[in-house]
Amino acid sequence: METNSKKFEPRIVGFLCNWCSYTGADLAGTSRMKSAPNLRIIRLMCSGRVDPSFILRAFQLGADGVLVMGCHPGDCHYQEGNFKALRRVLLLKRVLREFGVDERRLKLEWVSAAEGEKFAKVSNDFTEEVRALGPLRLETGVLAQSQEGEVESQEVAA
Amino acid sequence: MSKPKLALYWAASCGGCEVAVLDVAEKILDVAGFFDIVFWPCAMDFKYKDVEAMADGSIDLCLFNGAIRNSENEALAHLLRRKAKVLVAFGSCAMDGCIPGLANLTTREEIFESSYQLTPSTLNPEKTRPLPEFAAPEGELDIPKFYESVRTLVQVVPVEYFIPGCPPQPTQILNVMSAIMQGAVLPPPGSVIGAGDKTCCEECGRPRKEKHLKRFYRVWEVEPKPEECLLDQGVICMGPATRSGCGALCVKANMPCRGCYGAAPNVTDQGAKMISALSSVIDLQEPAEINSVLDQIADPVGTFYRFSVPNSMLHRKQPSA
Amino acid sequence: MRKIMIDPVTRLEGHGKIAIFLNDEGAVENCYFQVPELRGFEQFCVGRPVEEMPRITTRICGVCPEAHHMASVKACDAVFKVEVPPAAKKLRELLYSSFFVGDHTLHFYALGGPDFVVGPDAPPAERNILGVVKKVGLEVGGKVIELRKRAQRVVSLIGGKAIHPVTGLPGGVAKPLKAEERDEIVGHTDYFLEFAKFTIDVFDKVVRGNQAYVDMIRSDTYTHRLYSMGTVDENNKLNFYDGKVRVVDPDGKEFVKFPPRDYLQVLAEHVEPWTYLKFPFLKQVGWKGFEEGKDSGVYRATPLSRLNAADGLATPLAQEQYELMYDRFEGKPVHQTLATHWARVIELLYAAERAAELAHDDEILSDKIRTIPTATPSEGVGCVEAPRGTLYHHYVTDERGILRKVNLIVGTTNNHAAIAMSIRKAAHVMIRRGVEITDGVLNRIEMAFRAYDPCFGCATHALPGKMPLEVQVFDSHGTLLASRRRGSE
Repeated sequence: METNSKKFEPRIVGFLCNWCSYTGADLAGTSRMKSAPNLRIIRLMCSGRVDPSFILRAFQLGADGVLVMGCHPGDCHYQEGNFKALRRVLLLKRVLREFGVDERRLKLEWVSAAEGEKFAKVSNDFTEEVRALGPLRLETGVLAQSQEGEVESQEVAA
Repeated sequence: MSKPKLALYWAASCGGCEVAVLDVAEKILDVAGFFDIVFWPCAMDFKYKDVEAMADGSIDLCLFNGAIRNSENEALAHLLRRKAKVLVAFGSCAMDGCIPGLANLTTREEIFESSYQLTPSTLNPEKTRPLPEFAAPEGELDIPKFYESVRTLVQVVPVEYFIPGCPPQPTQILNVMSAIMQGAVLPPPGSVIGAGDKTCCEECGRPRKEKHLKRFYRVWEVEPKPEECLLDQGVICMGPATRSGCGALCVKANMPCRGCYGAAPNVTDQGAKMISALSSVIDLQEPAEINSVLDQIADPVGTFYRFSVPNSMLHRKQPSA
Repeated sequence: MRKIMIDPVTRLEGHGKIAIFLNDEGAVENCYFQVPELRGFEQFCVGRPVEEMPRITTRICGVCPEAHHMASVKACDAVFKVEVPPAAKKLRELLYSSFFVGDHTLHFYALGGPDFVVGPDAPPAERNILGVVKKVGLEVGGKVIELRKRAQRVVSLIGGKAIHPVTGLPGGVAKPLKAEERDEIVGHTDYFLEFAKFTIDVFDKVVRGNQAYVDMIRSDTYTHRLYSMGTVDENNKLNFYDGKVRVVDPDGKEFVKFPPRDYLQVLAEHVEPWTYLKFPFLKQVGWKGFEEGKDSGVYRATPLSRLNAADGLATPLAQEQYELMYDRFEGKPVHQTLATHWARVIELLYAAERAAELAHDDEILSDKIRTIPTATPSEGVGCVEAPRGTLYHHYVTDERGILRKVNLIVGTTNNHAAIAMSIRKAAHVMIRRGVEITDGVLNRIEMAFRAYDPCFGCATHALPGKMPLEVQVFDSHGTLLASRRRGSE
């Protein structure tokens, strides 16, 4: 069987809240549901802990997409944390757009502890969406001097 | 015993940092008496050649203001790094990119096209552009290469200290110079000096309430009450994300902070911190309502990153991502 | 052809350099004044909210941020079609006049003045504020520092910050003046007036009292017959803050008088490949190259041009000096570039008188300092006289007031062509085969551009302010034949 060695495998970073979405992801796992291995999960206590700089750092370090998952509105273990996450993501998306980064690379979803299937679907769908967007090759400030004295940009670790 | 050597240099800057140094007024006498100023192009005769001829590390202190915009700025950054023992990124341009850094939201081509063709007063049917090298009838002429992006000083060479501000306030400049002149032990390299270790809110003095924002106003739309936090009144103020040290001068003049003193302590990305802070205090939960209010923020990137685009995590507008 | 580089030139808006090419006869074939700086304000301000521009455009220049702040806020007023309450206008003009006093002082005492006070051939170590102090008296240095301190203080009281003021808003200013602040300002403007009179006196004794200087000022070396531009009020008297822009031809006849919003009908900018800065010129006359006379579109916008373009000054003491100057030159207009120093000192006096007038006007204590705009923003031009020339800010926005287009014609830029011509003419005269390129020679070339006060008045002070100059002579193969450098000891 021929494998397409050129197929782009997006690197997705997921920030999942301990009480709902991480537990939901766990459930997907124990239920043997197939979900894309592209997602690297970082567990936090609350989606409200996701600082916009974490998302930017993920992009800076090579993520092609970032997924933030939290409890459904009204169910947040800490009352309002998920609403903060919602507002942060909405505002950050506008800023990403102005920075020329496709805002579809950042997604927020509500996944409860019982929603293993939803977790898998979200993870798989998002992986395909980001695959379609292609790799994010960020130009970030560390420029190298070439021999002729002209500066070239160095891509972030691809 | 010879006097310690001081150098001041300006890269892509407006000159405000130089004026700020002079605005220490009569105290400049003390500074000039203590140091041997060996390089200060805006005020003195010394040339690049003179600096090249100095022994490496022989300049005790170099205050470098201005961003790295072109090849000449970069060359001087490297030169002064070699010749200086202590290199300080002086002011917002050198530290964060400042206003020239807004050019990172556009491109070199766009800048050249607008400046030399599209602006309504420009009459240039031949589509002439300034060139790094030009063969005039009489001989060769050259001007520095204009790079694609603006960089901060530390993105080009290692730096010992950072003094924030646009410009650094004269009182703060004096604090630093006095400390040095009195032989005080400086904090570890990499530190921010000549500034506070809190946010601008600390120096503001206006009473604050618990915030429940549902509306934003642009500065032309409202007359803010002088005795109430501006953010409480719906006027976006960068105070919460900005380092203290300036005395909150703008807020005291009834205008919101725009962040010229750079990121608050322990914050990597000033704009991201403001996004976080603002999102915390918007008191809405429905996405449609939230978006409606966010629409009232006229220029998110230019407001949150006014002074810090080159030093932000994304550094510049991406060509296509 | 041999090339002589003067690099860098200092006390310029940013950086500058001069390339002089000598032909085989040893005469100057051509001379290029290059500005190696560009930051791109006209482009990166697109997308910004227009009301933020008074705080963004100050960063064009940290020496004259007040000029940009004012031109910008006036453009914003126009964009929003909003009327500014009289008290706010006066506060803005008071800030502006005080700034002018500080700025012109800096130039006269630290930059241009030393050439006359101590003389163009004096040793470099004395051609600076220290030399002035030695010549005129020790208190002078202290007075200059004190004056600057007070001028910056007035700006910060009204503008919030001295370097990069913040209070200008479309429709007014952000805060009213408190009674105790006003009292303090009156003390400062009193000082400005005394100091301005003192400066007129210094100029009188030291410059006009010296025949050699008078001859130098009058000499043809530093003369160009060019159009003159300045802003005038409804009585055709000079006004720095507001009015119509008036241009007179080299004979002094009014060529055009226009409201700033019509500037595009009058001005255009030319591009050359060897400098980043553009060359504004009079459109109706056309760009004919670096030429003088009625048929060349090159014009000047300097203190001298302003006095040429106006019919007088609105304050009594300055008006007296204005009449005296033109009397000495036997009429208007005056084209001798070095007379710009004289014009500058007269403007200093006018600014001080105007500041005092405004400080004593009780209306500046009013709390009616804002009009909230109601019209849909669209387009506007704001114009003021910056110390170095007429300054235009032109903004086009969308219906939300977000900038779509920005056009700026900045003070010194107006004079880019004239400065190039002045340097070239001086070089032609000074550098000839057989003439040794001495320090004095170089300085006399620099005096040609220093008169324009190319935006960078630095060095209040006690610094061995030698003009940085290095001259290298290369033959046509690029071999270094000779090199002369001024005192870096």
